[in-house]
Amino acid sequence: MNIHEYQGKQLLRDYGVAVSKGRVAFSPKDAMAVAKEIGTVPIVVKAQIHAGGRGKAGGVKIVKTLDEVRAVAADLIGKQLVTHQTGPKGQEVKRLLVEEGIDIEKEFYIGLVVDRATDRVTLMGSAEGGVEIEEVAEHSPEKIFYEVIDPVVGLVPFQARRMAFNMEIPSNLINKAVSFFLGLYKVFSEKDASIVEINPLVVTKDQRVLALDAKFNFDDNATFRHKDIMELRDFDEEDPKEIEASKYDLSYISLDGNIGCMVNGAGLAMATMDTIHFYGGEPANFLDVGGGAKKEKVAAAFKIILSDPKVKGIFVNIFGGIMKCDVIAEGVIEAAKEVGLQVPLVVRLEGTNVERGKALLKESGINIVAADSMAEGAKKIVELIG
Amino acid sequence: MSIYVNKDTKVIVQGITGSTALFHTQQMLEYGTKIVAGVTPGKGGQTAEGVPVFDTVEEAVKETGATVSIIYVPAPYAADAIMEGVDAGLEMVICITEHIPVLDMIKVKRYMEGKETRLIGPNCPGVITADETKIGIMPGYIHTKGHVGVVSRSGTLTYEAVHQLTQEGIGQTTAVGIGGDPVNGTNFIDVLKAFNEDPETYAVVMIGEIGGTAEEEAATWIKENMTKPVVGFIGGQTAPEGKRMGHAGAIISGGKGTAADKIKALQAADVQVAETPSVIGETLIKVLKEKGLYEKCKTK
Repeated sequence: MNIHEYQGKQLLRDYGVAVSKGRVAFSPKDAMAVAKEIGTVPIVVKAQIHAGGRGKAGGVKIVKTLDEVRAVAADLIGKQLVTHQTGPKGQEVKRLLVEEGIDIEKEFYIGLVVDRATDRVTLMGSAEGGVEIEEVAEHSPEKIFYEVIDPVVGLVPFQARRMAFNMEIPSNLINKAVSFFLGLYKVFSEKDASIVEINPLVVTKDQRVLALDAKFNFDDNATFRHKDIMELRDFDEEDPKEIEASKYDLSYISLDGNIGCMVNGAGLAMATMDTIHFYGGEPANFLDVGGGAKKEKVAAAFKIILSDPKVKGIFVNIFGGIMKCDVIAEGVIEAAKEVGLQVPLVVRLEGTNVERGKALLKESGINIVAADSMAEGAKKIVELIG
Repeated sequence: MSIYVNKDTKVIVQGITGSTALFHTQQMLEYGTKIVAGVTPGKGGQTAEGVPVFDTVEEAVKETGATVSIIYVPAPYAADAIMEGVDAGLEMVICITEHIPVLDMIKVKRYMEGKETRLIGPNCPGVITADETKIGIMPGYIHTKGHVGVVSRSGTLTYEAVHQLTQEGIGQTTAVGIGGDPVNGTNFIDVLKAFNEDPETYAVVMIGEIGGTAEEEAATWIKENMTKPVVGFIGGQTAPEGKRMGHAGAIISGGKGTAADKIKALQAADVQVAETPSVIGETLIKVLKEKGLYEKCKTK
């Protein structure tokens, strides 16, 4: 789960991590009020959408007067901001972050990630700030420093110090950097983040060390123990079908094609997408109904697929293990009867209780094309939608 | 022969009184798995599917001599359950549970350092040695005894592969699902090593997916050490970057973890990679024929 920059900065503030002065605004009037509160110039107005690349897309403005604050705020709110991460339609700006302008001495990078190679959280830092860290990693990997964190003791001050020295933070500001890094790890571990990136982290002309941007991603598997983080979720930033799917604990991702897919298991769902592609089709979605789903959940999944106007045909591919084929069949039948099925449906069932599942589908009287294998099913649905 | 588990393996079911666990306990018993105990705190003294239930894993091990446990405990408590199994000195803990927070698993891995227990999973289908023991949630009927080892990050895709092998008359020794989470117990290399040392396993099918670099590391190991042919498949070849494909571990980020990279690495290690999941069986047969192993692997 992602949150906005202003929410991330508030979270940092709560943990005593230094960020620039500022607040969220929902209207030009709001924006002026925040600018007045800050009381210094220049003022930075930043569009709040989850996608990166806002600066280049014109979503960040630096202004000197309150009138200008109102003008750029009026321009940004309601605008479809198109960045390299939003897709061609862009994302509507509904919130702004109004901040003090910072006189920057130097930009750095600091981040925390779960490193799969070591099974540890790792602190990553570099003196190369403000640019894509992936590019630094590719072209000059020696400029990125790592501190692997033991979960028993957490990030230890000497590690934070070593990182600060490695990053060539001015020696009079080492302590400020250390407390920044320690606070950052505290937020990360206490709130079950999966990624935190501060890019850039800046040293200011007036000798502060603070976060100029804040990108947080939280572990979806841990949100059950963080109600406060859940409240930061912005539904405007998500696909409505993905929101509906998340209510039923379904793993659904909207894609660009026209073949709706319902599969159990993430690996098989990916393989099903690959197979549809192989036969010349384009999947409309990734959908893993998961293990142990009830009939209602299956029906909900089926309705979400049908609610997508792009969908010209559906392929259900189930290899039951923990998931029982008869439950899948019941769910499909219920949903198809309730909403009416206007598009071709190909079903491939195998695994636990497969005979019962097949019998139920046959008795239902719904127009279903049966397939005996994933390849056959994918081929059939591609043919049926022409 | 087989790897990790066989018909004599005594098994504990942790969280046995949950509905999913009950269903699969019954399925495992039907397959012939020696389930000797269940554990649900507070329900010690009862029985479930005819299996005695204990309050703690330690007690269950002491009373029954079990060496392996399978975990169906809900995600918020699953890390605790794994550590309880490790503490009880089990040889192997198989965690079926999905959606365990990654920071919990990081603690579990730290806790397991210096201890002997092998963890399989979490978020995995388990381990099955065909016709001997099924310690997992996979449908038993698709497996047949034979000479091909299977290792996979994905549950249902493993069934797909095994099903194809069985239909083609190619039996299996053991099938191991290592799970789709970013932080897990046993990795590809551990299982490949075990198959390499198992005299009954003549060839291996390895199924990976996008995200992380486990397949690349396995490829390096195969190149240097593996004496048996390996056939591969990588799921998610058409997945867009930045979208998490269901498994917490399956995401291409910053251009890393792509299917293309993994396929390239495997091919460089002389692993034949099936183009689509539907031809995993065919691809294996082709390789077995090339290596003169086909007749030895054919069960019928």
